[in-house]
Amino acid sequence: MAGGPVTGVVHQPGSAAEVAEAVRGAELVVPRGGGTKPPLAVVDGAEVLDVSALSGITEYLPSEYTVTALAGTPLAEVEARLAAEGQYLPFDPLLVDAGSTVGGTVAAGANGPGRLRYGGLRDFLLAVAFVDGRGEIVRGGAKVVKNAAGFDLPKLMVGSLGRLGVLTECTFKVFPHPESCATVRVAGMAFDEALEAAGRVGSGAVELECLDLVHGLAGWDLEIRIGGRSFALDARLKRAADLLDTDVTTLSGDADATHWRSRREFGWAPPDASVLKLPLTPATAAVLEQVLADLDASHVARVYSAGVQQAFVAWPVERAADMPSLDRALAQSKLTALALRAPADASNQPILGYRTGGELLRRVEQALDPAGRFGRLG
Amino acid sequence: MAPADAADFLDALKRRLGADRVLTGAAPMAAYESDALTAFRARPRAVVLVDSAEEVVDIVRLCAAAEVPFLARGSGTSLSGGSLPVHDGVVIAMNRLNRILEVDPVRRTAVVEPGVVNLAVSEAAEPYGLYYSPDPSSQSVCTIGGNLAFNSGGAHCLKYGMTSNHVLGLEVVLPDGEVIELGGDSLEGVGPDLVGLFVGSEGLFGIATKITLRLLPKPETFFTLLAAYDSLAAAGEAVAAVVASGLLPGAMEIMDNLAIEAAEAAVGAGYPLDAEGLLIVELEGEEQQVAAESELLLEVVRQSKPYLEHIASDPDDRARIWKGRKSAFSAVGRLSPDYIVQDGVVPRSRLGEALTKIQHLGEEHGIRVANVFHAGDGNLHPLILFDGRVEGELERAEELAGEILRLCIDLGGSITGEHGVGMEKRQYLGEMFDDADLDAMRRIRMAIDPGELANRGKMFPDAEAPALLSHGPHPLEVAGVISRE
Repeated sequence: MAGGPVTGVVHQPGSAAEVAEAVRGAELVVPRGGGTKPPLAVVDGAEVLDVSALSGITEYLPSEYTVTALAGTPLAEVEARLAAEGQYLPFDPLLVDAGSTVGGTVAAGANGPGRLRYGGLRDFLLAVAFVDGRGEIVRGGAKVVKNAAGFDLPKLMVGSLGRLGVLTECTFKVFPHPESCATVRVAGMAFDEALEAAGRVGSGAVELECLDLVHGLAGWDLEIRIGGRSFALDARLKRAADLLDTDVTTLSGDADATHWRSRREFGWAPPDASVLKLPLTPATAAVLEQVLADLDASHVARVYSAGVQQAFVAWPVERAADMPSLDRALAQSKLTALALRAPADASNQPILGYRTGGELLRRVEQALDPAGRFGRLG
Repeated sequence: MAPADAADFLDALKRRLGADRVLTGAAPMAAYESDALTAFRARPRAVVLVDSAEEVVDIVRLCAAAEVPFLARGSGTSLSGGSLPVHDGVVIAMNRLNRILEVDPVRRTAVVEPGVVNLAVSEAAEPYGLYYSPDPSSQSVCTIGGNLAFNSGGAHCLKYGMTSNHVLGLEVVLPDGEVIELGGDSLEGVGPDLVGLFVGSEGLFGIATKITLRLLPKPETFFTLLAAYDSLAAAGEAVAAVVASGLLPGAMEIMDNLAIEAAEAAVGAGYPLDAEGLLIVELEGEEQQVAAESELLLEVVRQSKPYLEHIASDPDDRARIWKGRKSAFSAVGRLSPDYIVQDGVVPRSRLGEALTKIQHLGEEHGIRVANVFHAGDGNLHPLILFDGRVEGELERAEELAGEILRLCIDLGGSITGEHGVGMEKRQYLGEMFDDADLDAMRRIRMAIDPGELANRGKMFPDAEAPALLSHGPHPLEVAGVISRE
């Protein structure tokens, strides 16, 4: 596992109270779950709070569409339990096979290609318990699918990178899984052509589970996943394919499932590359393309995912020294990136490029972590 | 504030906006003294009518410098008293900031000012085949700024979420007048979700001056089913069966007999007057999918043995069905001179239990309760009917409302699904959350607004104020802060 503790001190709390105790006793501390996103769990000089012993589904009520699990619970366990009831996590968590956990996924705020259909973590996280920087156990939200009471602390914890609190328990809204899914694919398009086709299908009547543009050897591949009642699936696939007006290949059954599982495990990226996530829109995808071209990096593996609302870029290990240039270029282009994976010896700056909300974040950090035990993002 | 300072403050407001846009005195300000929670009133120091974001910033800065509390107000439709003025504070009326700055069909976003009316966003998006999803019943008058502050919902939240799930980016004036940008125009973000924190903060973190909203493609078709039952429990069981079937309807609503009677008298929606429980289920989406789903839906609903079913025959018929549901609140005014609407949430599987208990509680208090609720997400809307002119009725109604909120907490739910805590439910926030939870929220509030100027007195339980449950005048009334109609 990359990204070991810098101080050598690793706590393994078995309860929220023990997390609180460890936080109170530390000067600088960073939580870690499955360790699948090392740049987010390494802070120079920090003790490590390994929450993997805080594991288990504490409540699952299929009829309520809610599931609650301790922060160190592997998402693979949660997904398997939901699948047995025909339900799933619609935000489509990343790196599940690699061992990602409930808490690490929420703290990273990273969603997979399937977030296109119904939304991301922010839309499906209902309640949280976390230990703040003073070592207090705090709960926010409610374990029901609709709630507007108090400040929305669950949303605040999405993407908080362990800097506002150590998550100990999360409740998610879940949905029924589509009865069946299949994918149509067009290979080897020019970028503009692929983007235009994505827009056409994306704004068509057919509701999509996933819509990704993948940079391949022979240009861009457009991949469209459709899910729903089996009875209607073929007609809907045909309808989407008709909008593309070109030859398509189709994936279904296990081939379809395996294909998308590999996407969220970063199977498309070289194993030693850094993987960055960048929020964007179909209107700003070309801006990222230009940034990469300017840095002589048009060849890097990358995917525009979830209807071109986010990009995943595999930054090659041999270009690791150019990360500061990338950081500057992104900032100038008003693009932001989160490093989800990085070489062990790379700088551990998790956020690159343009930032918003600094003053509000600074005040929230002051409130929840006055002594700066989690380090500062703001 | 000394009288001379108070006069200087008003002069500064007038210098900035012109005297005609600074309202003072009882008559001009009367319309601003309460909101849709009509039981409470408070007299502000001034009401200012702003025309631009720059003016909002300058007014907030003047208030911050003079330590005068302020709040933004849109159309004043808050059912929790969220836009009740702060006594002797400034009301910043946002209705003139009503421009839709941009509708972008490629990004599927709309950039709007906070005074834009909810429905106007969907109207502006319509030519592009898009719409704005959150649909509070007051959507033809309520504004996006208020929706944002209270994280408003509507009938279609289970599938597509509340206001918070549709706000992507913000320009915000913090309570000290600092202007910041939050989020962006993508559905994705990096770093803590500060947009998510700001939405639903009930005006306590400042004022949003520019809002980027997410738009959705308009569903190609709808399948709207009305099913009538001879008991409320049977309608509730039908909802459970629909959920168990794996279907995900866009909306599932239930009305009880009293609500049906009121809606029918008001708009003639064609509801069966003898039904004890009326279920509205709506599927929406693309034609093939809805066709496949509607067969399953009919099969499931028929097993629940409704004595009458009706499928909306065309868009007009669908609109009529929804008009009845959305007018239910105001229609109840026909049954009773006053009413309180609660919006607690219970786990869906405990809806039947909650409704039975609410009915018993109503009988115990000798108060009629009409029920309209978002059954799909367990969001109750008991309408507690009373006559405020009768001595003690308001207090009894408030007592019943409090018991209903406690019931929701006991059943593992929430005191509010979409109306917010506001003035009305402050006393109950501390029953839903532990001291440590409230303390964390309070610390965030104090770090952002140390002077507690932005919408002071809302959401947090006031240490000095006993619960509303106590009989006799409301403590704030005794203190001269609020008064009743």
